Amino acid sequence: MENTITNIIEKYNNDPLRLMDILIDIQENFGFIGNDAVKEIALALNMSEVDVEQTITFYHFLSTEPRGKYAIYLNNSVVSIMYGQKTIKATFEKEVGISFGQVTADGSIGLFDTACIGMNDQEPAAIINNHVFTKLTPYRVREIVKSMRQGKDMDELINESYGDGKNHLPSLKSMVSSNIRRKGMVLSDNYVYGSVTKLMLPNLSPEAVIQEIKTSHIRGRGGAGFPTGLKWEFCRRAKGDNHFVICNADEGEPGTFKDRVILTEKPELVFEGMVLAGYAIGSDEGILYLRYEYRYMKEYLEDVISTMLKNNLLGSNIAGIDGFNFDIRIQFGAGAYVCGEESALLESLEGKRGEPRDKPPFPVEKGYLNQPTIINNVETFATAVRIVENGGEWFTQFGTEDSTGTKILSISGDCLFPGVYEVNWGFNVNDMLDMVGAYDVQAVQVGGPSGTLIGPDEFHRTLGYSDLSTGGSMIIFGMQRNLLQDVVLNFMEFFIDESCGSCSTCRNMPHVLKNKLEKIINGKGVKGDLADLKEWSKVLNASRCGLGQTAANPIISSLKNFRHLYENLLQRDKEFDQGFDLITSVQRSCKYVKRVPKFHPIE
Amino acid sequence: MKEEQKMSKPILATTSLAGCFGCHMSILDIDERILQLIELVEFNKSPINDIKTFTKAVDIGIIEGGCCNSENVEILKYFRKNCKILISIGECAIMGGLPALRNGIPIEECIHEAYIGGPTVQLNKNHILPNDDELPMLLDRVYPCHEIVKIDYFLPGCPPQADLIWNALVALITGDPMKLPYEVIKFD
Repeated sequence: MENTITNIIEKYNNDPLRLMDILIDIQENFGFIGNDAVKEIALALNMSEVDVEQTITFYHFLSTEPRGKYAIYLNNSVVSIMYGQKTIKATFEKEVGISFGQVTADGSIGLFDTACIGMNDQEPAAIINNHVFTKLTPYRVREIVKSMRQGKDMDELINESYGDGKNHLPSLKSMVSSNIRRKGMVLSDNYVYGSVTKLMLPNLSPEAVIQEIKTSHIRGRGGAGFPTGLKWEFCRRAKGDNHFVICNADEGEPGTFKDRVILTEKPELVFEGMVLAGYAIGSDEGILYLRYEYRYMKEYLEDVISTMLKNNLLGSNIAGIDGFNFDIRIQFGAGAYVCGEESALLESLEGKRGEPRDKPPFPVEKGYLNQPTIINNVETFATAVRIVENGGEWFTQFGTEDSTGTKILSISGDCLFPGVYEVNWGFNVNDMLDMVGAYDVQAVQVGGPSGTLIGPDEFHRTLGYSDLSTGGSMIIFGMQRNLLQDVVLNFMEFFIDESCGSCSTCRNMPHVLKNKLEKIINGKGVKGDLADLKEWSKVLNASRCGLGQTAANPIISSLKNFRHLYENLLQRDKEFDQGFDLITSVQRSCKYVKRVPKFHPIE
Repeated sequence: MKEEQKMSKPILATTSLAGCFGCHMSILDIDERILQLIELVEFNKSPINDIKTFTKAVDIGIIEGGCCNSENVEILKYFRKNCKILISIGECAIMGGLPALRNGIPIEECIHEAYIGGPTVQLNKNHILPNDDELPMLLDRVYPCHEIVKIDYFLPGCPPQADLIWNALVALITGDPMKLPYEVIKFD
């Protein structure tokens, strides 16, 4: 065992910056990262053991305890639950004979919950040893567990056909479906990969590339909407020994899966966008930060990169441009929503806990390794290629004045055709619902849990940075759903699980809000609770990053748009009720000491 | 202070629940002002005068300590029922304080450690767990007072400084604005 750990560490040249890779490899080889491994890593990387441990314990998919020969991670996000996750979970527990969070005594099977794995259009889904199993049913679960008991290897566990699009390729062999249902400039098939790099770049100055991006008025597709051209320009001007291009493929916002589809179907376009960015800002190194949930794409994406290297679309003197060198490597995360926040992502890239940095300085000045860095979303890079190809002016004819171009939406929930739709900005919600076959809609969650929950009164609103801003996640809830119980509570649990714990506001307040919400759901709420929810939510604004600042959004927006749901649950005859019940709260101690509870009347 | 009008010789009661009596010590730390205090208020149920039950309706109830057992809860509710205004004083009443350190540990483990497993348990050879009906029943965790009844005011500190308690009481009784100089609310 020691030898293999040594080999893994040496594979990454004893480089502390590659700690994430080292830990992931050890986790995958041994099923956990034990004390011995921690000691050896610390010694080899010249770090303290605590530093190694704190990185391990930060990430969901890394563990100091064995996770089992087959580690099953079942998605517990809202759409998964809408599609029967509770039954699937119960079936797993019954068949395996353990509860979630446990590993069988023989160490063969481990059951774990996990947050949205980017498969919202094919739930319920689980990740088992880096293979994604979609559309699970109780029958399939029994089959899978039976095969595991027989010790079959992962390929034998899969008996479904492969998904659509490129998912059948030998390097992917995945049952995931891309479900592209509407194509626009990014998803279209009429672009010849490499043509911008080969035919246009040699005749364009870096400044000219940036100018086209600026003219297009494209704003970041990850959700925050910062003007991409400005970002590139700031970074180009910033002084540093090196500049970096980072592609943020850590789409952890529940309900988003469009980056998975873009990377499956159009990886060449994304990488070419990174090359353009590298040329524009004067960088020779790009990193794709890919969420661990998409580990199954590793071999496939590495194949794409090596093909591009062969074709001189990456590597040295790209497209014959003397001195323009650019390489891309893939860095995996290990399961942490907060790492989608760009400064947390940088920390993770450097092998540390994914805790957001203080800003300023912004990454364009001091990013990866404190060097000027641009971090853009997968979709932004892919779109950039089409902008340079056709010109910034051409791009502005799509979308609206303040939100130019197209947006790829990940649409899921109660609709007939969940999947990926590329639409022009300015699309309104009513049209969207008609497009995807969603009838009797109670609410739409726009932009994931950190976005807004809107009802039919607002379905006339349009998608755009000035109205309904979204990174792409659209979850539809039909009339049959209990919004507070099934949706808002689930989202609050998500934020509690995913807080990095750095700011006390985000570490604590979501718990407090969730407890209050549960109290209301349990019929113990009073009028004052609604005012408390609203007022206390404001405390979260003091958090350092977007995760903390938006962690109360499920409550704030449901309270604003669905206040009647809360009010219907309140007790009308009481001014004060904290939900405390003396009889319940003494049960456990009385049972343990064997006595019958007795109470005294209060005079 | 929302109690705008001046009270006519208000009646005061105090109690210590799951606390250490440190807050009551701090009340006594008002020193010679205690003579002024008995001019200002009439004491009812309190450990200070050892009156055990309320003999009349009370204006101000001061609560030290949170709730760790059924008796604490019953007394707290008894206070709420008989007092117009309740004030939580000190860390334990407001946040659970030191007793709440057990909140992360299952109650069964706490009892086991105290009566059977703990290293200082020598004499309990028969592993008896106290279960007489006269004893208060332990709650599953320690609760701050405001999670059980409505509390009107909170005076933080461990213990709150005597001057803070004094200033608050005087302000409440006279209706004057409360004096909150930095010295009485700094905790380091």
